[in-house]
Amino acid sequence: MIRSEVLKTLVPVLSDHLTIMNIGLPSQEMHMMDDQPTNFYMLGTMGLASSIGLGVALAQKEKVVAIDGDGSILTNMGTLPTIANNVADNFVLVIIDNGSYGSTGDQPTYAGKKTELADCAKAAGCENVVICQAEEAADTLQAALDSDKMTIMVVKCESGNIKVPVITMDPVVIKDRFMKTIAARNA
Amino acid sequence: MSVNDKIVADFVKHDVEFITTVPCKQLGGVIDAVEKHPDIYHIPSNKEDEGMGLCAGAYMGGKRSAIIMQNTAIGVTINTLVTLIQYYRMPLPMLISYRGELLEPVACQVEMAVHTKALLAQLNIPTYHFHKQDDVEEFDRILQYTYMSNKPVAILTDASFWGGY
Repeated sequence: MIRSEVLKTLVPVLSDHLTIMNIGLPSQEMHMMDDQPTNFYMLGTMGLASSIGLGVALAQKEKVVAIDGDGSILTNMGTLPTIANNVADNFVLVIIDNGSYGSTGDQPTYAGKKTELADCAKAAGCENVVICQAEEAADTLQAALDSDKMTIMVVKCESGNIKVPVITMDPVVIKDRFMKTIAARNA
Repeated sequence: MSVNDKIVADFVKHDVEFITTVPCKQLGGVIDAVEKHPDIYHIPSNKEDEGMGLCAGAYMGGKRSAIIMQNTAIGVTINTLVTLIQYYRMPLPMLISYRGELLEPVACQVEMAVHTKALLAQLNIPTYHFHKQDDVEEFDRILQYTYMSNKPVAILTDASFWGGY
């Protein structure tokens, strides 16, 4: 399975939850498959999906899922110690690990070579770290959400992309509907 | 009231409840005061762009946020300021130690100081410069302005303001 196929299996689990989507193809794929006011799409700023997700989780009560990539985590490795030391039990970080920078043409990342991001997360102090195969991702995410424990998931999948349109929604509209949804759910 | 206590009291007055910091020697006192205040969640970040991601998330989650960092971080965060904070129109007070100004002992700090205001101007970021201790009196109004305008706003604080290096 490639990332877009993994995301398709996650849609029924994610659909009702606050979701931060990583820059590039992951945002575009989720926007095409299941656009929701609960989705925040990153239109720029490589590497910060996990940081934005943690910030949302720490600021309010609803569960938050950040869908990140191995390349993005490698860009912002400092995020793992920050997550480990600021536990938010309403936060799940899903790292889709296809061992490549998918949005830029599948150049290999170090996560596809010697570096295991699950081990990095554990070494950073994250307490609930799960590795799963692509086919197990939806069940593993559901279990993580049900556990009420902050969880880092590393989902192993193949590299490869499908053709998807870019997101033309205005960033302020994306932010505004996301914030209004959060405010209503925390009211 | 000390400068540090005044800054933290103004943050609290404007409901800033989530503050991320990357340390600088000049900012030690204010970071301590942030850490100690019971109404503020202090989350140290490892790099300033990471910190701005945390602030963006907390803001969308319903908590006003701020970042405390050194002016060298302007070089680190330009992409994040432009493509996240400005593009999505988010307010972000940035309390910045202005290293490389008068009283600076470390020559290398001057190299970034000479670019700091030019970079902020290029980014169209409203910028204030605290040079004397009394300048802190404007902090309250600057926070009000930040949330009125929904923009990142820079408050540069030099060594003279902090009472020497």
